[in-house]
Amino acid sequence: MTGKEANTHGAILQDTEPEDGDRPTVQLRNAGKAYGNIRALHGVDLAVRPGQVTCVLGDNGAGKSTLIKIISGLHQHTEGEFLVDGEPVHFTTPRQALDRGIATVYQDLAVVPLMPVWRNFFLGSEMTKGPWPFRRLDIEKMKKTADEELRNMGIVLDNLDQPIGTLSGGQRQCVAIARAVYFGARVLILDEPTAALGVKQSGVVLKYVAAARERGLGVIFITHNPHHAYMVGDHFSVLRLGTMELSAERSEITLEELTNHMAGGTELAALKHELSQVRGLDVDELPDARDLTAL
Amino acid sequence: MSMTQHAEPAVTSPPAPGPKEVDGRTVERPQVLRLLARPEVGVFLGAAAVYVFFLIAAPPVREGASMANILYGSSTIGIMALPVALLMIGGEFDLSAGVAVITSALTAAMLSYQLTMNVWVGVIAALVVSLAIGFLNGWLVVKTGLPSFLITLGSFLILQGVNLAVTKLVTGNVATDDISTMDGFSQAKKVFASSFDVGGVQVKITIVWWLVFAAIATWVLLRTKYGNWIFAVGGNKDSARAVGVPVAFTKISLFMLVGFGAWFIGMHQLFSFNTVQSGEGVGQELIFISAAVIGGCLLTGGAGSAIGPVFGAFMFGMVQQGIVYAGWNPDWFKAFLGVMLLGAVLINLWVQRTATRR
Repeated sequence: MTGKEANTHGAILQDTEPEDGDRPTVQLRNAGKAYGNIRALHGVDLAVRPGQVTCVLGDNGAGKSTLIKIISGLHQHTEGEFLVDGEPVHFTTPRQALDRGIATVYQDLAVVPLMPVWRNFFLGSEMTKGPWPFRRLDIEKMKKTADEELRNMGIVLDNLDQPIGTLSGGQRQCVAIARAVYFGARVLILDEPTAALGVKQSGVVLKYVAAARERGLGVIFITHNPHHAYMVGDHFSVLRLGTMELSAERSEITLEELTNHMAGGTELAALKHELSQVRGLDVDELPDARDLTAL
Repeated sequence: MSMTQHAEPAVTSPPAPGPKEVDGRTVERPQVLRLLARPEVGVFLGAAAVYVFFLIAAPPVREGASMANILYGSSTIGIMALPVALLMIGGEFDLSAGVAVITSALTAAMLSYQLTMNVWVGVIAALVVSLAIGFLNGWLVVKTGLPSFLITLGSFLILQGVNLAVTKLVTGNVATDDISTMDGFSQAKKVFASSFDVGGVQVKITIVWWLVFAAIATWVLLRTKYGNWIFAVGGNKDSARAVGVPVAFTKISLFMLVGFGAWFIGMHQLFSFNTVQSGEGVGQELIFISAAVIGGCLLTGGAGSAIGPVFGAFMFGMVQQGIVYAGWNPDWFKAFLGVMLLGAVLINLWVQRTATRR
């Protein structure tokens, strides 16, 4: 669906002022981050467009976390450019990123387990009424809104007053996504949303990712599971040792290729060799090492 | 999965097959159990039990004057226990709260006496000093990320030493001079340490302040943005920061609130006794913290109330005076407190487990 855009992608960016519809909401150009003398990330190009899911894949330590921390305002990049709506930015707090419509759903979900669902939903952006010093929380409105928003995303909870810690992992994930969507997120960063979930719950979360895309949000989907990525992704970027190993549109890549990139071709070949020695595994069924490295 | 094979009581039924209008997976627990799970209800019952116990064991407690006395004792603990409780809900401690009370009183007393000024000058200066101590505690905790236990243990020792040394340096004595003849004294005494008559019983004004502060604290905690932030920074600081809660502001202001409480109680002591003993206040911080914990505030932050510590402080005052009225050896007081504290901690633990059980 995005093949045509991909072909003209580079030209549009460099030569002409792009139309609003196609301009990336968030863009990284050759961005990087060094912690002292450790280069955690370098030379990363990434573009997030409305209504598209950009998947960032990578093994542990590939630099995925550093990448989201830059975009969400927890850390600042030390090289390259970070553009929001075509404008270079340097966020110093997550609040600034939120104000520009960039919301992050962290692995730990950024919820406070002992607080009720509705309080968590509005945490940091509470609705209030009345003049100062009598300004107070508009509890009724918040509960009603939270319930509506959750129902819109297909989550039905009996009691919004229950501590969010009592919900299941998938439910909490969905509450966090619904919260980000409600607060006018234009770009949603999902940090390994399916990592700790079972098959069924992962499916539920992927459904909400697709729902968010349908609502016109740009989604950055961080994962190390190529199968989950391929189910919803429009663009795939693979990080490896702190830099970009692959950046491809959906039309340019197959799931097998993505999986191989993700695992690292040569490493997979070595693994295949080891496995063949462990037990009588039919290694001929697995792809050849030359095929893998040639990608 | 082996994880789910614990022999836990089946509080929830197995997941329903698909989403319905009502989720249906949460089984309502009996009203009584849910009510008991609220920490402030637990401490209320505890306070009521202690009250009834002393009503029976110590007949003098039944008189109005004794009750006023008990409430007065409770209020001096309670006014400090409130900000200490809010700070604890916000995930931090202040071990310097006890000696900070004396620091505040000393500042006001010495400043107005030595410079022969209206006592209100000293009172305002003491407020500034107390807020500054609170700010410094909070700022150090937020900036260094060190446990507030360590930071405030440091400020506790510093203040304890400064209290003694500076008082000796300025007055040549361990106590400050009597300020009862100075300008503005009677006025300030009215605010901080007067009594009024209710049906023939002298009631101390601190009781009124205590209840007013408790009402304000409850409203702030449950009905305002700031209250929401207090729970959030104590429950999960990183999550709170990630969703845009000003964590540093919330924590520092909570420490400053403790400073305000210390100032208020310091002024009360000064205008009640006219002088201040510079070595006092040590150990009081643990009383405040205990009252907050007995009141259902979670030591690790994120849960609690402002009304709980009111009952917690009442239990303290009740036991303290009740033992005397019952004619027992007051040496038992601390032992009573220890038992109450342990009981409260156990209840808290149970509540937390119940609340977060999946």
